[in-house]
Amino acid sequence: MLRIKRVPTIVSNYQKEEADGSARSVGGCGRNCLRECCMQGAKLPLYAYKRANKVGSEKALAVDEPREAPVAFLDSLLLGEWEDRMARGLFRYDVTACETKVIPGDYGFVAQLNEGRHLKKRPTEFQVDKVLQPFDGNKFNFTKVGQEEVLFQFEASEDSEAYFTPAAPIDVENTPSFVAINVSPIEYGHVLLIPRIFECLPQRIDYESFLLALHMAVEAGSPYFRLGYNSLGAFATINHLHFQAPTKKITITSSGVKISELLKYPVRGLVLEGGNLLQDLAKMVSDCCIFLQDTNIPYNVLIADSGRRIFVLPQCYAEKQALGEVSSEILDTQVNPAVWEISGHIVLKRREDYDGASEENAWRLLAEVSLSEARFAEVKAIIFEAVVSAGVAGGSDMHLQEAELAPKEVDPINSTTASAMVTGNHECMVLQ
Amino acid sequence: MESQLELIEQSIISRYSNRVYEALDELPGNFTITDPCIYGHPIVFASHGFLEMFGYSKEEVVGRNGKMFQGQGTCRRTVMEIREAIRAERAIQVSLLNYRKDETPFWILFHMSPVFSEEHGRAINFVAVQVPIIRKPLHPKHNHGRHQFCSCEDGFKSRDILLGSCRREVCTKPLVESSHEAAFEAVLDSDRGVEAEQLCEASELEKQKAITSINNILSVLTRYSALRGKSVSERRCHVEGQSLPNSALVTSLGRIEQSFILIDPYLPSMPIVYASEAFLKLTGYDRHEVLGRKHRLLSNSCTDSSTLLQINESIRNAKPCKLRILDQRKDMTSFWNLIHISPVRNASGKVILIISRWNFPIPRREGEPQHILFPIPNFSPSVTYFVEVHMEEGYVNQDGRMLSPEIRQLGTIAAVKVAVRSATMGPCSSG
Ligand SMILES: Cc1cc2nc3c(=O)[nH]c(=O)nc-3n(C[C@H](O)[C@H](O)[C@H](O)COP(=O)(O)O)c2cc1C
Ligand SMILES: [Zn+2]
Repeated sequence: MLRIKRVPTIVSNYQKEEADGSARSVGGCGRNCLRECCMQGAKLPLYAYKRANKVGSEKALAVDEPREAPVAFLDSLLLGEWEDRMARGLFRYDVTACETKVIPGDYGFVAQLNEGRHLKKRPTEFQVDKVLQPFDGNKFNFTKVGQEEVLFQFEASEDSEAYFTPAAPIDVENTPSFVAINVSPIEYGHVLLIPRIFECLPQRIDYESFLLALHMAVEAGSPYFRLGYNSLGAFATINHLHFQAPTKKITITSSGVKISELLKYPVRGLVLEGGNLLQDLAKMVSDCCIFLQDTNIPYNVLIADSGRRIFVLPQCYAEKQALGEVSSEILDTQVNPAVWEISGHIVLKRREDYDGASEENAWRLLAEVSLSEARFAEVKAIIFEAVVSAGVAGGSDMHLQEAELAPKEVDPINSTTASAMVTGNHECMVLQ
Repeated sequence: MESQLELIEQSIISRYSNRVYEALDELPGNFTITDPCIYGHPIVFASHGFLEMFGYSKEEVVGRNGKMFQGQGTCRRTVMEIREAIRAERAIQVSLLNYRKDETPFWILFHMSPVFSEEHGRAINFVAVQVPIIRKPLHPKHNHGRHQFCSCEDGFKSRDILLGSCRREVCTKPLVESSHEAAFEAVLDSDRGVEAEQLCEASELEKQKAITSINNILSVLTRYSALRGKSVSERRCHVEGQSLPNSALVTSLGRIEQSFILIDPYLPSMPIVYASEAFLKLTGYDRHEVLGRKHRLLSNSCTDSSTLLQINESIRNAKPCKLRILDQRKDMTSFWNLIHISPVRNASGKVILIISRWNFPIPRREGEPQHILFPIPNFSPSVTYFVEVHMEEGYVNQDGRMLSPEIRQLGTIAAVKVAVRSATMGPCSSG
């Protein structure tokens, strides 16, 4: 069994209390938590989104189409509730006080000096060679967070209209999904989307959860708001940088999902976009993810451009780390390359690393995360075999499209790297 | 609110006198004018020469951002430099690879310059000249090979250091590997755009041409803005006592619909440096009557002094606060104002603008009481502004029917924080 030691990120204030067991006294168990003991009569705001079938087209970029929403989802609801938690002092630090800069270079990686995020926690052992691990009710999970850390419930509207209720009872039977703060934010507005919280899902992607995340991206409707998987979500203060690497189109599936390969980026990965319906995109991405999970290949997923583009990035940093193959120089920085780092938002813990941050350093770190060229080619091939071509053959869609192979891109990448995995925390499923 | 399209249509004509279009049309050369105050920073004017060179119609270009002409071969670093120049509101001249509508790449010498309003010192337009570079590429092929999509010297050197391998082999059946691979690789070798990938340097002549061209445009704009009584200038002029948010920030602030003001905490009077549309509507003031005035413009002799003290205290300690205060509109009617105040930090954590701020003592306006000397602030210099969000008590909001006014106000603070944080995040935060 491969293990590494890592300082876990504290995402809830109730996570650190685990050991000392000190409880505040309110009703129930005293923590105002999300389990039976405290759920009697509990209410939370509820935002029900309209099931969108399609993500807005690219054309709408300049002229912003107004979207019908009962409340401004991102600006008023999410950020308003977030600021409220900030005013109430629920965060471990003020992330807007963390120095942040754009690293000069081609990619516009962002470096953040965050000295507070990992303080005061002893390293914990993580098993890193199993992507799917069973849910462990004894460990910290999101039903243990306090209700005050939850911002609102998020679900699909029953009738086809979106609506908002300021105080809706929590219907456990109805398997609600919650949006909660991450008490160690990496950006202003950093939240967690916890799908079907009461089902206590282990950390994995399935179609329903991914579709929910995709809907959240659509609802937020801002290119600045991205969702990531296998780590936590954040509101990027700079749009568009990061993944502005070129891509090479590989194929279009029968359901209209265009699949490309990311080029000239330190981490190799696939980009999925389009699809006749939003559900098609969700299906294709979740199929890829499920396949990777089942094949025991760690990966990260990033939902960008308000749900228009999905990045799937297999990796094996943690495995490399466990095998002692990561250079000590990189290990010393103690950076855990999770989805935000991979997408170019690099959270650094030491002042010297921040001051000396350069594109070259960032590239070197991310390159450690990526699969090697050969390995990526293999993974890509088996994904295609298992998922994409299955989709093409079995797809009931009439207009089966020939894979279009006319890339603008000229240049095959021929340098290379190795790679590794990042497993975030294996708590409950953490999306966003 | 006016639609985006109307804003784009009105952009030029609201700032320059009517004949400006004719004058611009008479100018030779390829150029575009953009409006940074409109969301998305769209092109609001494109010259005939420009449209011809790029192969687009006017309708296809006006309203879009200039980045539509970039493509895979465009140097990322150069694009970042342009972005940074826009953020810092300064001129820039660079070689840039662009694409025509038919997707053929070509090199231009891109020269861009901001246009400042003399009224409030902000950049209200950017002008760019695109001179095609006709000389042969400087670098021989083998030097800047096709593996280098970026023409920048050190763009990808870093890759070489990074060899390593993940040893674990894929454990599933290896049967497919090659068939699909072959399919992917087969398409890689189109030779399109190879030329595009080499660095191209403009000649002195072309550089001079760009400068002349930009100067001509700027002089047209200056002339026609004067005719309209709202002078512009290519140089930023200092407006007394104001540390102005840059145009990128103003644009993002402009999208926030609630009533709020930004306060500069580093001047003794704590002047207002930004006032939202809704604030002007709520209070009945014009923007120019508000900017530069002390932040408690709305309070009068009836205003409870202990509440005022509380506000000052919260600002001095960089603590958020929330209170209810009796305020007065311009027409002297009073209303109960629900206020949230919160410090807003820049991204860099470094002092920005502060030094120059002290150079402009704020003039005391008639009827304004003498300012109490403001004690040295207690907060870290990364606090750039204080935001004060207002809501008239009893106000029923239509769009956010269900959201409590409290959360809406906090949402406004959040939006301001995000806007300031993003607008102040530059490379190494030079501010
Ligand atoms: C007045 C003006 C004209 C511009 N014209 C072009 C152009 O012709 N071609 C181009 O590639 N970029 C042009 N740009 C630059 C892009 O609009 C954009 O600012 C740049 O890509 C950097 O921003 P980004 O990082 O958001 O892409 C222009 C910018 C301005 C302000
Ligand atoms: Zn409880």
